[in-house]
Amino acid sequence: MTAKPTHLATYVGLLHRSEQTLAESFVTVGQGHQVEADVYHTCQSLAKLSLAHLEKLTPVVARYGEQRHGDDVEEPDRLHADGVAEVRSGAVGLLRDLQDLYLLATLVDTTWTVVYQAAQGARDSELMEISQQCMGETTKQLKWLQTRMKISAPQALLVAS
Amino acid sequence: MLPKPMHPAGHCMLEADTAMDRIADIWGQRTPHDRGTVWPARVDSHLTDGIPEAEVDRWVVSACLLCSNGCGCEIAVKDGRMVGIRGRATDVINHGRLGPKGLYGSTPFASSADRLTRPLVRDGGQLVPASWESAMGRVVEVSQRLLREKGPLSHGFYTSGQLFAEEYYTLAVIGKAGIGTPHMDGNTRLCTATAAASMKESFGCDGQPGSYTDIDSCDAIFLFGHNMPETQTVLWMRVLDRLAGNQPPAIVCVDPRRTKVAEAAAASGGVHLAPHPGTNLALMNGLTRELIVNGWHDQDWVSQHTLGFDDLAAAVEPYTPEHVGQICGIDPADLRAAAAIFGTSERVLSTVLQGFYQSHQATAASVAVNNLHLLRGMLGRPGAGILQMNGQPTAQNNRECGADGDLPGFRNWDNEKHVQELARLWNVDPLVIPHWAPPTHAMQMMRYAEQGSIGFLWISATNPAVSMPDSARVRRILGGEQCFVVVSDLFLTETARLADVVLPAAGWGEKTGTFTNVSRTVHLSDKAVEPPGEARSDLDIFLLYAERMGFTNKDGAPLISWRTPEEAFRAWQECSRGRPVDYTGLSYDKLRGPTGIAWPCNAEAPEGTDRLYTEPVFPTDVDQCESYGQDLTTGASVTREEYLALNPAGRAFLKGAPYQPPHEQVSTEYPLLYSTGRTVYHFHTRTKTARARSLQDAAPDAWVELSGTDAAELGIAEGDLVAVESPRGRIEVRARIGRVRPGAVFAPFHYGYWDFEAAGPDGGQARDANELTMTVWDPVSKQPYFKTAACRVTKLRDGTGPAPAPTTTASAPPDGSDLPPTSGGQPTSSEILTPTPVYPNDPAAGTDAPAPTGTVAGSVE
Repeated sequence: MTAKPTHLATYVGLLHRSEQTLAESFVTVGQGHQVEADVYHTCQSLAKLSLAHLEKLTPVVARYGEQRHGDDVEEPDRLHADGVAEVRSGAVGLLRDLQDLYLLATLVDTTWTVVYQAAQGARDSELMEISQQCMGETTKQLKWLQTRMKISAPQALLVAS
Repeated sequence: MLPKPMHPAGHCMLEADTAMDRIADIWGQRTPHDRGTVWPARVDSHLTDGIPEAEVDRWVVSACLLCSNGCGCEIAVKDGRMVGIRGRATDVINHGRLGPKGLYGSTPFASSADRLTRPLVRDGGQLVPASWESAMGRVVEVSQRLLREKGPLSHGFYTSGQLFAEEYYTLAVIGKAGIGTPHMDGNTRLCTATAAASMKESFGCDGQPGSYTDIDSCDAIFLFGHNMPETQTVLWMRVLDRLAGNQPPAIVCVDPRRTKVAEAAAASGGVHLAPHPGTNLALMNGLTRELIVNGWHDQDWVSQHTLGFDDLAAAVEPYTPEHVGQICGIDPADLRAAAAIFGTSERVLSTVLQGFYQSHQATAASVAVNNLHLLRGMLGRPGAGILQMNGQPTAQNNRECGADGDLPGFRNWDNEKHVQELARLWNVDPLVIPHWAPPTHAMQMMRYAEQGSIGFLWISATNPAVSMPDSARVRRILGGEQCFVVVSDLFLTETARLADVVLPAAGWGEKTGTFTNVSRTVHLSDKAVEPPGEARSDLDIFLLYAERMGFTNKDGAPLISWRTPEEAFRAWQECSRGRPVDYTGLSYDKLRGPTGIAWPCNAEAPEGTDRLYTEPVFPTDVDQCESYGQDLTTGASVTREEYLALNPAGRAFLKGAPYQPPHEQVSTEYPLLYSTGRTVYHFHTRTKTARARSLQDAAPDAWVELSGTDAAELGIAEGDLVAVESPRGRIEVRARIGRVRPGAVFAPFHYGYWDFEAAGPDGGQARDANELTMTVWDPVSKQPYFKTAACRVTKLRDGTGPAPAPTTTASAPPDGSDLPPTSGGQPTSSEILTPTPVYPNDPAAGTDAPAPTGTVAGSVE
């Protein structure tokens, strides 16, 4: 690595924060909807995937530095999404919370994509490998959310009181 | 109806015992057979009240309904009553044998004084007798009102593993094309959903690869969480007879209890692996890794006929024997030894049951069994087979006919072409048939009923108030005002007591229909006697509902065009045409022949099919498969596009997943692992078996099994009354110091409250094992986990005698104990026939089996 790529460092920072937010939000949604047993257990295990991604990022952060506020880059901060702090109630509430998780996971997913692209440009094979692994697992999170929303939607929108 | 006698012409009785106590001697006389020879025939029979055989008026063709084995039998009828049962010597499944439940438990229920004989409706909080007109009127009134006000998703149907194919199919059409609800499931979700899910994941479609004849020629049998000696006694007789012959197979047992299988493993030079409850997948990953690192897999076969080898190899790589030993609490050398048996035997048969299906990571662990066979190309030839077992006699039909939520004929809900086929067959708009998401599973239906978004729940032939996890919650849901509950059953079960309308149903022998066992073998069960009082078959009940609801097709004609079981069977045959589960070559007449017949049975295979995948072409083509698959850790659906990209084209899937610890870990508060299961003498919630005196006396009350180590630490002795508690609930039962591994606790799940004299759960004296179990299920099969809860056990008071647990089976006390052996069954008859009849499609047919030389085991004084 010859020059320190500042914007990539900013995005590594964004990745770090959005994975952290996603993990916390999975935990919050799971615990808040504990009575939906599958939601509870799956959210706990999907939260662990995001926490594992954070660990994988550690050596990368060490190499690039984690620049949360790039000197001349403000956009990633605006991109940062707040997590789910508390859950909504009822069947429609569950659906909305799953949608929120989906949005957060999408941010993580596209951020990994951006980082993976930059890693290729930077010929950083370590980051390329980490990105590919983590993108696959983010897809797993997205796909479960999509499946669960598809199952819930008709009952929540048509029948639930 | 069949004339008597049933012994094939020219056959004679070799050896007879006419006073066998089959409570004491569960598996009866040995008829040893050598590898590759036909299993000899032995005809078991029992007539109640000492009625001599000469006084039987007639024998009616049927198959046994008290486990999933599917033994061909005949019902003895005298003076319009069912008075006994006899195995059919010519049936491919049992070669004449029957087990204790079938012998003693098949007929007494029918004449039990407490049968439901009239409909009941709830008035002023009480269930009171009513006419059919008024009871069905109430059902239809609520059903129509909810359809009007809330639409089809307000309806749920929860059935069984004990109805007939004709009944499931009729209900499937009512639910999917009449009402249009995805909320249909059976208690098959509790017993067999993982079997189906594992086959869909591995082979693209449900359908048992193997056959019972694989037992006759295999070199090794792996039983994964399968206590066959208690759950399928007749299948175990076949194994015992191999073990007693020349060239016996090695037995490998995976079970945390020292069952009879574990004893056979020790005696046969095999291995007993007793993993901590909840760690099956780690063990399976270890076995898989051993196959690969030792090069025991068939690389050519794998590359030609499977997809996913590299991913699987990567997934199992971390699971060294030492690592697995730590997770599972087993000796790494034992894991290596078991893998070597699998890896080097020429013909391996694997069987899988609730120890895997009802435990943590159920589908992933069961798929791993399929993987072992695929890695070695170990299927499709005699002795090389897989039996993903069922827990119930007609569970297979619920899966096939679609009353469990799947689309009928193993069709894929996510394949528009499959939905169109059904829409054409039923002449309805495809939009009526719910296919926007996977079908709703039983636990989710209960949740909707809890919330009231399902406001109409019809439960047929099952007892969720006792059999579902977290009983207190289930009782609350069914007893609440938010959901109208209809129950059809033989008796006023714990569930029926909570219903708004109770409909009296006809049982086995009181109606005609077909059902299919684990090995795809279809039997006809003819009506032998009239049902009591006003009881009606479930088919007639569903037909009455459909008629009163006025369900029609696109042309305005009645949606259900059939009136009789045989017409319903023909409708189902048409639905199965061209699918892997092809019934079109069968007929009622053909099924009245000498034996049950295994599907596919069609023009290409008019006599049926003993085993699938004799050519390694799997039903994974995109428009043939039943499912595009799911993520094994989350259950997320694979889309059609993703599936197409894999281009499976007849190849099977190798799928792996990492081990994850169970959802509920032991703690200082709840330091033991709780697991539930069966005993040989009872079936389900004892609706039939407790009404058979020989069976009820053999296992009259609930108990809990502890290891000697844990019992000593807790100051508990044999027979002491103990409290078993989990975060969900508490039971008070007597302790058997038994054969579970230290740290584990086992409770039988059969015992509810209908015949319980004590106060019951509301009075603080519960005994239903499910008071303690968790509401949690497998992400893929959605089968609830009954075998992974944490608990604590405390002594309440000294016992007055031994626990009411049988001593003849896995609930036996440790070796050297002087507890009296369980016995006391009424006399039964058992006759060995020679020569052995000829069995169609038996790969050993034509071999000259040596004359049986077995001695009578455990004979009666």
